[in-house]
Amino acid sequence: MVIVNGVKVSEKEKRQRLTQEKKSRNISAWDVVKISRHPKRPIFQDYLERIFTNFVELHGDRAFGDDRAIIGGFAQIGNQKVMVIGHNKGKNTTEQIERNFGMAKPEGYRKALRLMKLAQRFNLPVITVIDTPGAFPGLEAEERGQAESIARNITEMANIEVPIISLVIGEGGSGGALGIGVGDRILMLSNAIYSVISPEGCASILWRDAKFAPDAAKALNITAEALYKLDIIDEIIEEPTEGAHADYQQIAANVKRSLLRNLRNLSNISVYELLEQRFEKYAAMGKFAVD
Amino acid sequence: MSWYTKAIEEKKPQKKTLWIKCRGCGAHIWASEWKQNLSVCPECNYHCSMTAQERINLLFDKDSFHELFENISPVDSLNFNDLKGSYKDKIEANKKKSGILESVVTGHGKIKGFSVVTAIMDFRFLGGSLGSGTGEKILQAANFAYDYGLPYIIFSASGGARMQEGVLSLMQMAKTCAGVARLNKKNIPFISVLLNPTTGGVTASYAMMGDLNISEPGAVIGFAGRRVIEQTIGEKLPDDFQTAEYLLEHGFIDAIVQRKEMRDYLANVLSYYNR
Ligand SMILES: [Zn+2]
Repeated sequence: MVIVNGVKVSEKEKRQRLTQEKKSRNISAWDVVKISRHPKRPIFQDYLERIFTNFVELHGDRAFGDDRAIIGGFAQIGNQKVMVIGHNKGKNTTEQIERNFGMAKPEGYRKALRLMKLAQRFNLPVITVIDTPGAFPGLEAEERGQAESIARNITEMANIEVPIISLVIGEGGSGGALGIGVGDRILMLSNAIYSVISPEGCASILWRDAKFAPDAAKALNITAEALYKLDIIDEIIEEPTEGAHADYQQIAANVKRSLLRNLRNLSNISVYELLEQRFEKYAAMGKFAVD
Repeated sequence: MSWYTKAIEEKKPQKKTLWIKCRGCGAHIWASEWKQNLSVCPECNYHCSMTAQERINLLFDKDSFHELFENISPVDSLNFNDLKGSYKDKIEANKKKSGILESVVTGHGKIKGFSVVTAIMDFRFLGGSLGSGTGEKILQAANFAYDYGLPYIIFSASGGARMQEGVLSLMQMAKTCAGVARLNKKNIPFISVLLNPTTGGVTASYAMMGDLNISEPGAVIGFAGRRVIEQTIGEKLPDDFQTAEYLLEHGFIDAIVQRKEMRDYLANVLSYYNR
């Protein structure tokens, strides 16, 4: 049994529904990539303003600094108090530079983990909001342990004793996304993408030229629709036809409704069950042959 | 994983060649001497890659190694085709070339009498990339260690997550780390040996999560590819950047161990496990 836009559906219904949606959408993977990166696409702070109240931002990783590419803190959604953490790309050039275009460094991932542990201490569910081209590929990031910080988050998130909902609103760029993305529920906006490598990066390796990015985008199966079919994500949140940027109020309302429903569904599970289910969820991921 | 540009391909010496040209210093070494020296250059100490089987022979007590989960192999679930052809064909070609079915060999065995569970990555199989089959084997081996309360040692050699399986590969990072997280809860030691090269999604998941992280001299270990970083920052990186020596200096690994001392080193560390 799976949930599409809040409705429980069987596997058969799920397939039918996707075929219908595909017919009505008729849009290439590359078109989706472009929408996911649209300059006017709502970013984390737009959802913070529209969905959450009483945001108390918390700063710093207690070791090196405060990465502005990932922000987080206490917040309220409806009557529910939560910890919300997300990549924030910035709305204009100044903000984008300050926030490094949402490309986090180790201190960003370590801050995120600190806040998740704080959420566990306060017994608050965690909502992580993913929107990044990837973790920052720079000298100082490597020097301070980019790989270690992502690895630690992924490992420790397996044992965080409160519900975690991961929401992909734009670009889910590889390890940089997964570093805050190990959730009990993974939700994606209908024009968001989630990929092991950027289409450009993949094309430049396997096609020997980045201009084949549209082919790579298709081959990589990076759209919400493709990932839903592969049982990677739990739910697709519908955007307005032209994309989320066309109607901020509408997409914020859809996201809010979905978050509240998922928070409710996760609220009555014991810690033991929650962690068992999280383990089983990730243990089941992947497709391989047994000869 | 993003930005990791091109797996470093190391040609294994053919059986009949008399001379091996060292990739480290260019010296020509007698094949017999090269082999005798465990594929390490006697001139410059360059540690050439080894197959999983060679590493088993080197490290495990004679006839003590028992392979587990050996029937798991990759499938082309996305029907992935690039310029050079299909992933499906690549899988078959790599099986044939390497004689193994996935990029990792899993099992249990003894190192100087100490029982351990192990996963040994083999760079010959699709650049040691982390695919769904790889992740499954690494998790199953972790579960085996969990069930029997045995220390777990993973030997990594990998270009990162396997692109041809898309996000299914990316999720193997979470899957394998979930296995490591369970070992943590039960206080079972996990030793990670990062071999040349360990990069991208493998470094950013289980390979960096060892209770001990150890490496061999000169091994390349990093997250983003060197060229990508140079493009991002617009300058040349220092020569030792992303080497085992660099990581030791920055606090991310516990020790660099010469290949010929690896067996003794591991046995010594295992002797401290007092449970
Ligand atoms: Zn040499």
